[in-house]
Amino acid sequence: MVEKALFTIMLEGVFVKNFLLIQFLGLCSFVGVTKDVKSATGMSGAVVFVLAMSATVSFALFNFVLVPLKLEFLRTIAFIVVIAALVQLVEFIVRKHVPALYRSLGIYLPLITTNCAVLGAVLLNVMNDYNFIQSVTFGVAAGLGYTVAMLMMAGIRERSNIVNVPKAVGRGVTYAFFVATIMSMSFVNFFGVIPLE
Amino acid sequence: MNPLSEFIRGITKDNPTFGLVLGLCPTLAVTTSVENGIGMAMGTLFVLVGSNVMVSAIRNHIPGAVRLPIEIIVIATFVTIVDMVMEAFTPALYESLGVFIPLIVVNCIVIGRAEAYALKNGVFYSTIDAFGEGTGFLLVLMLIGGIREFLGTGIIDPFGITVINASAVMNPAMFMILSPGAFLTISVLMTFVNYRKQQKAAKGG
Repeated sequence: MVEKALFTIMLEGVFVKNFLLIQFLGLCSFVGVTKDVKSATGMSGAVVFVLAMSATVSFALFNFVLVPLKLEFLRTIAFIVVIAALVQLVEFIVRKHVPALYRSLGIYLPLITTNCAVLGAVLLNVMNDYNFIQSVTFGVAAGLGYTVAMLMMAGIRERSNIVNVPKAVGRGVTYAFFVATIMSMSFVNFFGVIPLE
Repeated sequence: MNPLSEFIRGITKDNPTFGLVLGLCPTLAVTTSVENGIGMAMGTLFVLVGSNVMVSAIRNHIPGAVRLPIEIIVIATFVTIVDMVMEAFTPALYESLGVFIPLIVVNCIVIGRAEAYALKNGVFYSTIDAFGEGTGFLLVLMLIGGIREFLGTGIIDPFGITVINASAVMNPAMFMILSPGAFLTISVLMTFVNYRKQQKAAKGG
């Protein structure tokens, strides 16, 4: 197998296989925290950080602990524990240094643990047999793709706040999904950039 | 509280997708066909029942402060079981569901039910609740999978049984199989559900 170039991985993570719009990973926060740009930014920052960290730590854990001990089947349990610990760490840091952000992120910060984007990226790294550099690149790229989609969504929702929508659609999840449909349509066009194998 | 109403509640009022709005990722990602939807829902149903039974059985011994990690470990154990069983017995399905099987562990429905229901109720009712929620999830996945598979390919043939074959008379829209189709399907369905709810509320109030 030809080794994937880092640039390809980057491009794939951010656009072609965008986590939110193409792979449907991390949708809870996508519809939940995108009511205004500020909290979307904070959430994205936290996710990028947790993603990069967990890609690093889980790579080490998988290749230096689980593989030598032939415990690969425990990967789901091992990864979720690592991610939970990292999220706890981020929560401590944010609460201590940026209390305003901590208040606005509210319930969603601990929920990064159960954000499929983080566990998804880590598992995809293992499934694709990425080496260390590739794993970290993929983690960061996935985080950036997440940020792009989150900010677009938050911007659209913020600016279309006074638009009249049918009562049955409302302002909540349903409205967000209609917006996501259109965003996703534009992201599907990136499929041509890298031929799928 | 009787068992039947608890079961029905999971399908109607507390439906995972349209009532509680939990577990959206797999709902959208694996519903390219009815077959994938059923496979995913069955896996989730097993994990739901397992975790609800386990958590409700040990609920009096779990210290409040560490209940989340304990719940996650319980869930991850059952997910690992599903993961290995599916890999061994249904390799084709396992291949097409891909990363979403291990991702059941972060499916909000499972942890949501453990947290909101199994921690407060006995084993019997937690089992009923899990079956209700799991069945609700199964029906939603089959519905969305059916809509997308039909409009996207013109054929519905879960597990090799052809239910509908309209490929001769219609021109399938690839759009529905791709990701925007999933977003569109769920937003239209949600609008419909909201509309019915509002109609009902207007009548009652």
